[in-house]
Amino acid sequence: MPDNYFARYLPLLIHFLLACVVASALVVLSQIIGYRKPTRAKLSPYECGMIPVGDARQRFSVKFYLVAMLFILFDVEAVFLYPWAVVLRRLKMFGFWEMLVYIGIVLVGFFYIWKKGALDWNEPAAGRGGM
Amino acid sequence: MQSVESFVVVSLIKSVIAVFVLLTAVAYSVWLERKVVGHIQNRWGPTRVGPFGLLQPLADGIKFLFKEDITPPHVYKTLYIAAPMLSVIFALTSISVIPIGNWVTIAGVHTPLQITDVNIALLIILGVTSMGVYGVALAGWSSNSKYSLLGGLRASAQMVSYEISLGLSLIGVLIMAGSFSLRDIVDSQSGVFWGFIPRWNIFHGQTVAFFVYLMSAFAETNRVPFDLPEAETELVAGYHTEYSAMKFAMFFMAEYANMITVACLATLLFLGGWHGPIWGLTWMQAVLPVFWFLAKVFCFLFLYIWIRGTLPRFRYDQLMAFAWKFLFPLAVANLVITGLVVALRS
Repeated sequence: MPDNYFARYLPLLIHFLLACVVASALVVLSQIIGYRKPTRAKLSPYECGMIPVGDARQRFSVKFYLVAMLFILFDVEAVFLYPWAVVLRRLKMFGFWEMLVYIGIVLVGFFYIWKKGALDWNEPAAGRGGM
Repeated sequence: MQSVESFVVVSLIKSVIAVFVLLTAVAYSVWLERKVVGHIQNRWGPTRVGPFGLLQPLADGIKFLFKEDITPPHVYKTLYIAAPMLSVIFALTSISVIPIGNWVTIAGVHTPLQITDVNIALLIILGVTSMGVYGVALAGWSSNSKYSLLGGLRASAQMVSYEISLGLSLIGVLIMAGSFSLRDIVDSQSGVFWGFIPRWNIFHGQTVAFFVYLMSAFAETNRVPFDLPEAETELVAGYHTEYSAMKFAMFFMAEYANMITVACLATLLFLGGWHGPIWGLTWMQAVLPVFWFLAKVFCFLFLYIWIRGTLPRFRYDQLMAFAWKFLFPLAVANLVITGLVVALRS
């Protein structure tokens, strides 16, 4: 292996490009080889054989946005734990107490959203929510 | 020390082999699944194409290529085509940092049994696998069909929710090993304690983490009992309702490739990687570690199929509650306790 630090990442790039080539090849091959006989019914959106009603771009439950927002918050919090986990053996108890304070703050936020009902998929007033 | 050209050529050869092996493994895990689920349900599974239906995956692949590739006019075309490609690209890329054994010397080239040995391998895998959610979300949205949209939304909400517990369950292992390198993590699990129990993380303090990882990984790959995104009875086929021919098969391939990656990762992080009893001749000692690794991966894949043949599906609100109210606190508790024990001992 060449001595350059970045040389270790070169095979990763090669592998990624190879994966791109395989994926494109599959799509292109199927376009070329595949048999083709479009009809109107075949090209309509699938709705169990009925004539589609309205557009698919409708409003959907705001819960999905909420989950996405919570994901960003908690995933960023989880990412902060990774470097800590790797060096914990050197930080010893000092590192443990420091991180316990951090996790405590995260958990306060977690119980807040729990009590606020952000984690309940079924809203009590609206009955079976979600989709 | 090698020249740059030979280094590039060796990496390319390794990548080609890895992709080829992975795609074959994907094809045969589909075969295995059909066979095992068939036997669980008192059927035979594929039997017609070749002995024991062994050529079935090949026949399926050819059939997918020759099927009509419908691109409906109501879709957002660029993203509609890009979505299955993204799924496959990230599924194939995530295997790149998985080591399947120690360093070997073949034809005078000393090389690790892995595409590349980087010290942040685990971070790369987490990053690449979490990109997979783009394929699903974009497929659901760009199809412009109600079932696809609902399936895509469900799938992305589920995948991001379980990703948090998945990530947190790995922190215990990181604390034990003190490194992001998968090779170091495997090395930290060598040896035995109490005389006979292997020091694999699943036996050595990370049992809870393994179960959190198991649940999250099943949900991440949209498998039973968390296969809500493609709940046939409600959503037809979920996010790939509007896909046909090879583009449909690509989502399938991505799903199975992700299963294999998850199985490899479970083996490396919790089941001791390529550690196992080694004996016999020189060539056996060289081959056995790879054999142990593959055997563990196979057992994990079999578990996937077994559970698929056994368990019913969750309801969606149960699924989200399970991720947030059960797995997340459990993962946090596990990492705090692991941290405390390790900090006290060091």
